[in-house]
Amino acid sequence: MPNATDFLLAVEDLTVSFDGFKAVDNLSFYVDENELRVIIGPNGAGKTTVLDLICGRTRATAGSIRFRGRELTALREYEIVRAGVGRKFQNPSIYEDLTVFENLEISFPRGRSVFGALAFKRDAEVIERVEAVAESIFLADQLNRRAELLSHGQKQWLEIGMLLIQQPDLLMLDEPVAGMSVAERVKTAELLHRICADRAVLVIEHDMKFVEDIAHKVTVLHQGKRLSEGPMHAVKTDPKVIEVYLGH
Amino acid sequence: MFDGYTMGEIGAIFAMQGFAGLILFSVFVLMALGLAIIFGQMGVINMAHGEFMILGAYVTYLCSNFFADYIPALFGIYFFVAMFLAFLAAGALGALVEWAMIRHLYRRPLDTLLATWGLSLILQQTYRSIFGAREVGVTLPDWLMGSFALTDIIDVQINGLFVMGLTLLITVGVGLLMFKARFGRQVRAVMQNRMMAGAVGIDTEKVDRKTFALGCGIAGVAGSAFTMIGSTGPTAGQLYIVDTFLVVVFGGAQSLLGTIASAFTISQSQSAMEFFLSGSMAKVLTLLTVVGILMLRPQGLFSLKVRR
Amino acid sequence: MARILNMDRTQLLGFVLLAALVFLVLPLALDAFRLNMVGKYLTYAFVAVGLVLCWGYGGILSLGQGVFFGLGGYCMAMFLKLEASTPEATAIQSTPGIPDFMDWNQVTALPWFWEPFHNLAFTLFAVIAVPVAFAFIIGVAMFKRRVGGVYFAIITQAVAAILSILIIGQQGYTGGVNGITDLRTLLGWDIRTDSARTILYFVNGGLLFVCLFIAAWIKSTKFGRILVAMRGREDRVRFSGYDVSAFKIFVFCVAAGMAAVGGAMFTLQVGFMSPTFVGIVPSIEMVIFCAVGGRLSILGAVYGTLLVNWGKTTFSETFPELWLFAMGAVFIGVVLAFPNGLAGLWTDHVAPRLPRRLGGRPRPEAAQPAPAE
Repeated sequence: MPNATDFLLAVEDLTVSFDGFKAVDNLSFYVDENELRVIIGPNGAGKTTVLDLICGRTRATAGSIRFRGRELTALREYEIVRAGVGRKFQNPSIYEDLTVFENLEISFPRGRSVFGALAFKRDAEVIERVEAVAESIFLADQLNRRAELLSHGQKQWLEIGMLLIQQPDLLMLDEPVAGMSVAERVKTAELLHRICADRAVLVIEHDMKFVEDIAHKVTVLHQGKRLSEGPMHAVKTDPKVIEVYLGH
Repeated sequence: MFDGYTMGEIGAIFAMQGFAGLILFSVFVLMALGLAIIFGQMGVINMAHGEFMILGAYVTYLCSNFFADYIPALFGIYFFVAMFLAFLAAGALGALVEWAMIRHLYRRPLDTLLATWGLSLILQQTYRSIFGAREVGVTLPDWLMGSFALTDIIDVQINGLFVMGLTLLITVGVGLLMFKARFGRQVRAVMQNRMMAGAVGIDTEKVDRKTFALGCGIAGVAGSAFTMIGSTGPTAGQLYIVDTFLVVVFGGAQSLLGTIASAFTISQSQSAMEFFLSGSMAKVLTLLTVVGILMLRPQGLFSLKVRR
Repeated sequence: MARILNMDRTQLLGFVLLAALVFLVLPLALDAFRLNMVGKYLTYAFVAVGLVLCWGYGGILSLGQGVFFGLGGYCMAMFLKLEASTPEATAIQSTPGIPDFMDWNQVTALPWFWEPFHNLAFTLFAVIAVPVAFAFIIGVAMFKRRVGGVYFAIITQAVAAILSILIIGQQGYTGGVNGITDLRTLLGWDIRTDSARTILYFVNGGLLFVCLFIAAWIKSTKFGRILVAMRGREDRVRFSGYDVSAFKIFVFCVAAGMAAVGGAMFTLQVGFMSPTFVGIVPSIEMVIFCAVGGRLSILGAVYGTLLVNWGKTTFSETFPELWLFAMGAVFIGVVLAFPNGLAGLWTDHVAPRLPRRLGGRPRPEAAQPAPAE
């Protein structure tokens, strides 16, 4: 049994029930530093709920989530973010009324208190960071556009960029390539490889081709439980996984 | 506040005030049912709901005059006709309002609140122009008058029992409609996933209109019941709107059972306190308690825990 | 000034024009009575400006702003009433030295919470502190528990109802339905004379501009952009490391503080305060002042307030029965047809036709942001 503090993220015996229905049931898994982990599973397996639990959007009924040894289940959402966990939502969640620059600037980790936000100055450091991130998410020439005018794929990238600028140690992405063209998927895969050079990434994805491209390790969820875990090629041949995916 | 009463007297007072509170309870339930359907199922805030109720009250008043003047022989049953007409009138106005105004605002719930407030001002002034600023009352048929004595001190009003029975009937009817009938399934389908419901062939616009009309129609029936406890005036409806919203929110917006339970709690506590305190203080205390509880439990008394 | 507020030329011009209207055109064009009336309207503009921040930008619709307006006004009125109730002036009462309405209601000693209002410094502090503290309590209770949207609107409305019923019910302590009336002097200065009222008008205008500058400054900081962000994507803001509730509480308190200053200035200029300005109806009317001006426009809120109140006065002088129809139509029209109010009409239709040097701008790339839910 490995010691939980050896890992970046240690999820142990995690359970959440909604009126008796256990969406996540006694789930344990561990994520290493700089690892790119993909969670897959059929619809309703509890994938999004796991991310919700880690980032504090849903409260666990039982179990623990430790991040660098720190218990997350008792923290509020913004405290979890400040501890270094970033989360991207399934549908691109960006600020349509603001420009790309302002979207990224709001995510810049400074002036997060009420008075900090009032005193916040757009100085050279901010501008430099925003421009660097915009460059890496392929939006350098869109900085002054209103975000609602971006294409669907660009919105997905923008949200990833908003997380990058926070410099989280763990980045959680819920279906980052949903609705993207093939070309955009390739670029996104490349982006993710670059991102996980200095942080861990936890991805939910349905597109198996994409999963094979990016995953270091895959965790398969089924009915809130861990069905299988390991490298993609091993998981793919696991009879239990085949049973769940291909039916009886 | 219980000084000078024996235990037995206090019990009797509570019982009597309880019965007196039943009519208020009925009005609350009927008002709140309409609101809960509109708000809970459609997410629309109808600030003009009180004016729909008053429309029903005016229809009842007109009916009672008409029967008294032209067919006095049938005066005994005018109330049933009046209720039916009140439902139709308020429902028809509801459908019209939905078509002209509400359907443009489904994605902006706070804006429906302002727009329907404007509607309520217009309706109030319309009533004032047509019926005058003076409050009007209806004459009850003989069989609804009077009371019978349950014990020495406890009198039960017959019209109260009648309204109660009626409310139960309507509530059960609405419950059946929403949870057993095809229409209710369509309403819930539209509420949960508008696009999908449209895709499987439900005419969502028609369902919206019918739902809104139904809610307003029930408010019209509430207006019929209201004529028994209060006199009808152009602004009488406004007095009830905040209470009714609290009833709906307190009960957990999407639960019919919750609506009934909270209407009962609020009407009974108000009625019981009224005996010991002034009416205004009873109301302040009731509203304060409700707001206080809502601050502790914002999702209302009855609500499901679901993944957001 | 303009530098601090990050104002561009158009915005600066807007401020200058409004200042010219308030401080030059109106005082020159109107007699003392009418000017005092405009001053009264402008006290509502404080509320409307607060609502632009709170509702237009933050998406938090409060239907209880009358509460804060009223609390500010009552604090001021309590001081003025005590000053007017000297033992000499009230010698005919059975208990001289207390406000007349207390005497009528068989109250024989000044209640404890009236005592500190003998002191002007405390009163001025309380004018802002009491409403802001109340807003803070409501804000903490609601926003920490994620109550928002229509629920917040309904509950603030219930609070307005509760407070007005309470004030009316406790007439021995509050003056009841008539309110606190017959206010005369402020530290011996008679506030009922035309000259005093004119001075108060200018004080009021000055304070309004202080509020406008504060609002413009808040809007220009990152706080302002976070408000806009929160309105549409509250969760995203939360998961970008912000304590969303703290931002909402703050902006709600700012709006309450502005409303309170307006209330106090109302008491000074009009000479009384009553529960008519606390309850449901005035509170929701204040929202419509803001909506007519344009919920996203700080200056628009002032114009909206002036326009609606001018309309109200004109209508109720000539066709009183039509006023409610007009008001109802304004509510519906502004929501259905002009969600961005006067300011929206200006930016969409007037500004594009103006020459550039006067602040004319080409049409923006996209339409104005749709109003928040």
